[in-house]
Amino acid sequence: MSAALQLAYPDEADQQALAPGQASLLHFLTCGSVDDGKSTLLGRLLFDSNAVLDDQLSALDRDSRRFGTQGEARDFALLVDGLSAEREQGITIDVAYRYFSTARRSFIVADTPGHEQYTRNMATGASTAELAIILIDARKGVLPQTRRHSYIVSMLGVRNVVLAVNKMDLVGFSADVYQRIIEDYRRAVASLGFTSIVSIPICARDGDNVASVSGQTPWYSGPVLLDYLETVSVDAQPDADHGFHFPVQLVNRPNLDFRGYAGTVASGVVRAHQPVRILPSGQLTRIESIVTADGALEAASAGQAVTLTLTSEVDVSRGDVIVAADDALAPATAVTARLLWMVADSLTVGQTLLARIGTASANARVARIHHAIDIHSFQAHTASSLGMNEIAVVELTLDKKLVSTDYASDRTLGALILVDRMTNQTVALGVVEPAPGQPAREVSQDPGGTVAPKRAPGWQAAIVRVLGAAVLGLLVIALSGGWLLATVVAVAEVGINLLIGWAVWGAWKPGVTAAADNDAVKV
Amino acid sequence: MIPLSRLQRLEAESIHIFREVAATCDNPVLLYSIGKDSGVLLHLALKAFYPAPLPFPLLHVDTTWKFREMIAFRDRWPQELGCKLIVHVNQDGLRAGVNPFASGSRLHTDVMKTQGLKQALDKYKFDAAFGGARRDEEKSRAKERVFSLRSAEHRWDPKNQRPEPWDLYNTRKAPGESFRVFPLSNWTEADVWDYIAQENIPVIPLYFAAPRPVVERDGMLIMRDDDRLVLRPGERFESRMVRFRTLGCYPLTSAVESDATTLPAIIAEMRGSRTSERHGRAIDHDGAGSMEQKKQEGYF
Repeated sequence: MSAALQLAYPDEADQQALAPGQASLLHFLTCGSVDDGKSTLLGRLLFDSNAVLDDQLSALDRDSRRFGTQGEARDFALLVDGLSAEREQGITIDVAYRYFSTARRSFIVADTPGHEQYTRNMATGASTAELAIILIDARKGVLPQTRRHSYIVSMLGVRNVVLAVNKMDLVGFSADVYQRIIEDYRRAVASLGFTSIVSIPICARDGDNVASVSGQTPWYSGPVLLDYLETVSVDAQPDADHGFHFPVQLVNRPNLDFRGYAGTVASGVVRAHQPVRILPSGQLTRIESIVTADGALEAASAGQAVTLTLTSEVDVSRGDVIVAADDALAPATAVTARLLWMVADSLTVGQTLLARIGTASANARVARIHHAIDIHSFQAHTASSLGMNEIAVVELTLDKKLVSTDYASDRTLGALILVDRMTNQTVALGVVEPAPGQPAREVSQDPGGTVAPKRAPGWQAAIVRVLGAAVLGLLVIALSGGWLLATVVAVAEVGINLLIGWAVWGAWKPGVTAAADNDAVKV
Repeated sequence: MIPLSRLQRLEAESIHIFREVAATCDNPVLLYSIGKDSGVLLHLALKAFYPAPLPFPLLHVDTTWKFREMIAFRDRWPQELGCKLIVHVNQDGLRAGVNPFASGSRLHTDVMKTQGLKQALDKYKFDAAFGGARRDEEKSRAKERVFSLRSAEHRWDPKNQRPEPWDLYNTRKAPGESFRVFPLSNWTEADVWDYIAQENIPVIPLYFAAPRPVVERDGMLIMRDDDRLVLRPGERFESRMVRFRTLGCYPLTSAVESDATTLPAIIAEMRGSRTSERHGRAIDHDGAGSMEQKKQEGYF
């Protein structure tokens, strides 16, 4: 490695020192089959991290006597099963979001239902998670729902999994049972592209290996769950490294003197005075200013909600996307997406639904079901329709041009929902696949069976960046006629690219961006 | 770029939600209940549309039993910010003499708050109403979507909520249906106070500890805000150093003993507290699942 690359990609410890705020918040979800103890585990985690307050605890004891499934003992699931129907039936129907903090980290947890019937609610919880705890009942081992949930979390971009083998007390804390289950699981999900699978034997009800080391598992030397959650390093959001994308949410025009375009930066970085292109029209213009209530910004990055003003009068409305002038993003009337179908009425070829991507909508006709995924084997098979909770790669034909890109490179323009225009129900969620013939997600199978992306050698990437900056410089000359400005922009571009590369190096580590896709499901 | 802080992420998410409603709904309104969460909500709304003024009015459903300090604040602060405020009182309830003492907390809340809210939403034909509810407040709220669909009769169907992946909101609704929208869904009580401190958002003095006249009743410390609070046999007022963690109708809201007279002291006290924020709200304890029940009937 050359010196320049050392600068661009320092080791991970440095990166964490740079960004302590980022490491302090973790979004995760608990999922798995019915009665594997997801809500109990989360209740236990809240209890052990002191997040259950005195009045909530006395309410829990009262509820445990009334609804509990644990006899005289506390039923921790009742801390999170907040709907009456859930408490009466002792099941989780809808996703619950819980918030707790320890001295080391803050957590947002989605507790999701295990019943196949409520898979849509599980997927909702998974869509914003950075890590998944997948529970398995030690008596039952890997179940169809374990596979389905593993597939869905992988499809939605989760790369880190904790396999919590629960109810170990009911199998006598047997190391053999545990070992067999984790081997089964690893085999089952080998093709899903997880970068880390950490397994932990637990008894959620009694707290074994949840927040403290269990005396019942002397054969286990790994971390306890809470310690692991407090310290695990998850992928940094890769979005900042990609091109600047800004779906326009709202045109802000309070008077004749101001016309701004409000929205949230979906990916990349925008800088004042940078040349941009409006999609789908293709018009070129430049950013005049980045307006916020706290004053104008020089730059804004992915996740920031801002208002952009442009230097020229161009036609921009909600649903348009403002991108960097040199961005390759192109609007299209077709999109290929991996869908989770979420309602009882089947999806059929020829059906028309409303597609929503970013802030834009269009009528979408199901042109073709490319293939469906068998949830047991993860193999692709042909299908002419799609039932509830089934997954397929589907080609949609749109009645107007929309801007989208593959989910791995932009979590906003790569995500979509489909809405039934009659009932207004959200009938499917999906992730946009890379365009045909464009292997945007380069995934290779290494001999060890773990999935890792190919990455161009660093010097090649550096050359690409310098060339990109030169092109940008030329563009600025074309637009402004100023050599000085162009040089400044080009130099800044190189500098900022290097900085971004530094900041998101965690996301570039081999394996980390491995996609949900895999060879097994391609036909 | 420096990664966004937790508060920056929450702020951006809330602003995104406000703009989504303004772009897709015809006639939104912001439910302003005067407390700290409403203060944060209003602050975020103003940020979302800057430099334009707020593109929707505020609505306060007045039960006529709010703390006087709240009403004084309500009649001054939003106007200073250039906002339009609508105050609605359920006149039918008032004429029927519904009040928290004689009618009980449950009926009072249903008539003066829930029915009052529905009257106002129907009267002005609002099709989206922002509320400051947070998922960390209560178990059934933890289950609610950011865009929560209500039937033409304002009912919530918790067993049949639309899936809501990412921040890709399905904003479609049939005529007569409406949304309750919760931009603070992912905020915690600590986030709210941290943000109030960071942004210097004004809050009512009742949140700060001071000597106040209170009576102990049913395990609660009720403050004498006016003469309508009549002592029962054996009760007496005493001056205690108290403050409020949440604010509602004064006879239904318990004070807590506290020495926290400054914002940092409040934040420190909250972090060390062993009881939850809504512990002091009588209406939450009207029976198991009582919040869910109220929400199904149209309560915020």
